[in-house]
Amino acid sequence: MRRLLWPLAVLAALILLNVAFSPGFLSIQMREGHLYGSLIDILRFGAPLILVSLGMTLVIATGGIDLSVGSVVAISGALACLQISEDASVFTAVVLALGLSVLLGAWNGFLVAGIGIQPIIATLILMVAGRGLAQLITDGQIITVNSPAYKLIGGGYLLTLPFGILLVLVVLGVTAFLTRRLALGMLIESVGGNAEASRLAGIRARGIIVMVYAFAALCAGVAGLMISSNVSSADGNNAGLWIELDAILAVVIGGTSLAGGRFSLGGTVVGALIIQTLTTTIYSVGVPPETTLLFKALVVAAVCLIQSPSFRDKVFRRRGTAAGPRPAAEEKVRVTA
Amino acid sequence: MAEPEPILRMSGIGKQFPGVRALDGVDLRLLPGEVHALMGENGAGKSTLIKVLTGVHPCDEGTVELAGREVAFAGPLEAQQAGISTVYQEVNLCANLSVAENIFIGREPRRRGRIDFRRMRTRAAELLARLELDVDVAAPLSSCSLAIQQMVAIARAIDVDARVLILDEPTSSLDAGEVEQLFRVMRRLKEEGIAILFVSHFLDQIYEISDRMTILRNGRLVGEYRTSELSQVELVAKMIGKELADLERLHGEARVFDRPLVEARGLGRAGAVEPFSLTIHEGEVVGLAGLLGSGRTEIARLLFGADHATTGEVTVGGTAVSLRTPRTAMAHDIAFCSENRKQDGLIPDLTVRENIILALQATRGWTRPVPREQQDELVGRYVKALRISPPNPDHLVRDLSGGNQQKVLLARWLILEPKLLILDEPTRGIDVGAKTEIQRLVAELSDGGMAVLFISAELEEVLRLSHRVGVLRDRRLVADLPNDDALTTDVLLETIASGGRA
Repeated sequence: MRRLLWPLAVLAALILLNVAFSPGFLSIQMREGHLYGSLIDILRFGAPLILVSLGMTLVIATGGIDLSVGSVVAISGALACLQISEDASVFTAVVLALGLSVLLGAWNGFLVAGIGIQPIIATLILMVAGRGLAQLITDGQIITVNSPAYKLIGGGYLLTLPFGILLVLVVLGVTAFLTRRLALGMLIESVGGNAEASRLAGIRARGIIVMVYAFAALCAGVAGLMISSNVSSADGNNAGLWIELDAILAVVIGGTSLAGGRFSLGGTVVGALIIQTLTTTIYSVGVPPETTLLFKALVVAAVCLIQSPSFRDKVFRRRGTAAGPRPAAEEKVRVTA
Repeated sequence: MAEPEPILRMSGIGKQFPGVRALDGVDLRLLPGEVHALMGENGAGKSTLIKVLTGVHPCDEGTVELAGREVAFAGPLEAQQAGISTVYQEVNLCANLSVAENIFIGREPRRRGRIDFRRMRTRAAELLARLELDVDVAAPLSSCSLAIQQMVAIARAIDVDARVLILDEPTSSLDAGEVEQLFRVMRRLKEEGIAILFVSHFLDQIYEISDRMTILRNGRLVGEYRTSELSQVELVAKMIGKELADLERLHGEARVFDRPLVEARGLGRAGAVEPFSLTIHEGEVVGLAGLLGSGRTEIARLLFGADHATTGEVTVGGTAVSLRTPRTAMAHDIAFCSENRKQDGLIPDLTVRENIILALQATRGWTRPVPREQQDELVGRYVKALRISPPNPDHLVRDLSGGNQQKVLLARWLILEPKLLILDEPTRGIDVGAKTEIQRLVAELSDGGMAVLFISAELEEVLRLSHRVGVLRDRRLVADLPNDDALTTDVLLETIASGGRA
């Protein structure tokens, strides 16, 4: 729980900033049987990122990284829309899209665990090739679909809530169950903490690695359905573009080390919400468009620094060490403040 | 004979680690032009003392004087600049760089901002000539033998006007000829007036090269002696101290072992260990003795399936098995506590509880978690039985002391109730208390019917625990000796040295 303290504090600070600029930020209203409000919007638009980040968390916990999730988002959406535009049922389209996603993830896992390619390179292959595959599926066009059933996934409502939020809750619940109620989480942390020691303890590290990459791709596939369904079209070029970087950021902000080992699903969700809230904040505070990226970068840098225990120690002088480094530390504060 | 002033004087050194008093009132003085041996069993505090001297650890009590001035180094670099250079057991050099580059790495001679390779090579050649070595300084270090690499490390150490040279077990991976070469270099440096602090486990080497020795036991000073005035027997007695009485074999009555459990026939792996045959019976403790790198660990890894054998076969309980992976070995009730706890054993980020149940969980697969009550019961039992401290199962394993980490690793395998337990250096680097506990545990387990393959660099320990001792030399199992009254450390040393009894 203490690991969640800083991410939660940052999220709260961002929300307070929004409230200061638009006092109605926290209000949630019931309109036409649906819940409306800025907070609901953050959850709804953040849903794909949360999904991708959940998968990414497990990959990073094994000491890997998956750069290909953005491409999988595009491929999944493209395949589903293609099927629907060719009069397949929504169910078939969804099953085919998710099946292909899992297959692509297993391919990543095979490259990493079976052949031993470094994860960043192994998934870079699919990151680049996947965009091509997505364009191949859409034939270089943007496929638009008109299916109310498909629209439900990313744009519909169920039980007054946007369907996407419910989907995230289900995936989060399943992930938490698999990793924390069953022993998958411990084995993942063990493989990420020390792969050779895990092998000598009898853990089938390969199987676990293939599984997490497949799972990450499945999450990306669901996110792809959500994104394409929301706009009722599939864009092989731009769907899910750079989402892998936001997802990695969310995982790191959530307190999971890029070196692998311990991971925190709750932290990742908070991390993804911070990123989504930040995007909302940029609009509501009225940051000039040409400086949005810079503003985002500064906030993220501050969040990462505040997460680092050694940085906090230096700044807040929890332990009075030698007099030497202190002025330097104070200077850093001024720079980031 | 008037003694020269000591170049280095450490007095009343004390060092406290969490839960362990590593050093307590230790004095050490080094005289210029002398080789000074630092003696003591594993865990006596030798490395800690060296680390305090070179500034790796700050010292809690006591003073260090170099050439009459009190000093306190913030790190090895500072110590080196003051003239105290260290060469460690494992060569800390870059094998892909040339000999000359290795000697001058970090302080390359420069001209107009660029590295002056020609001057670097000339100076390196001069330096090596000073050590009477004839080496091509432009050749990559990887093309040199281990001994030459060691000398290159020494050359690097003395280039910075060293007044004190610390050699921490430099001979452990050298063969006899190479040791002789190293000693020639050491004598040469001695003549130049450098004070050498020498750490080695080989008594003969100590008596060949050293002039004076300081003996430590359990972090305390036993005394300083001139080598010529102390016999080997006296030295060993002083190193082990009161424990001498405990030295008798731990097992009581002689037992007969007639039920073979694991039999290896012609098992070997190219480049790692020559084909060997070894039978381990139920309830038997088989010790493996041999120098570092003689193939002890390789045998253990083959029997656990951590490496693939290239020749030979293994039978467990009479049926031939293929030990392809650790999992298959575990399925045949073989467990392996690896030598390197940090690299091949524990998961530092997981808790004591998780580390202990890890192997059990691995055998069950991730879909069937070990129920919480069973976890509590198993972990609680072994934390208590092995006296793991702190006794909190939710403590991160990285925060535990070396001895307690070792116990956690042991517990992981003990809950599987294996038939054969392979222990590779289970007592290395842990304090004396934990060490005797682990030795006693091994004896108990074997009395209870478990077979144990026990690997240790300490011959005394192997002799105390084993019913039979396999001796290794140069990656070959050269002898398989019953541990009777005729078997002593001297016999073992001789077997290792001569390569098998005639």
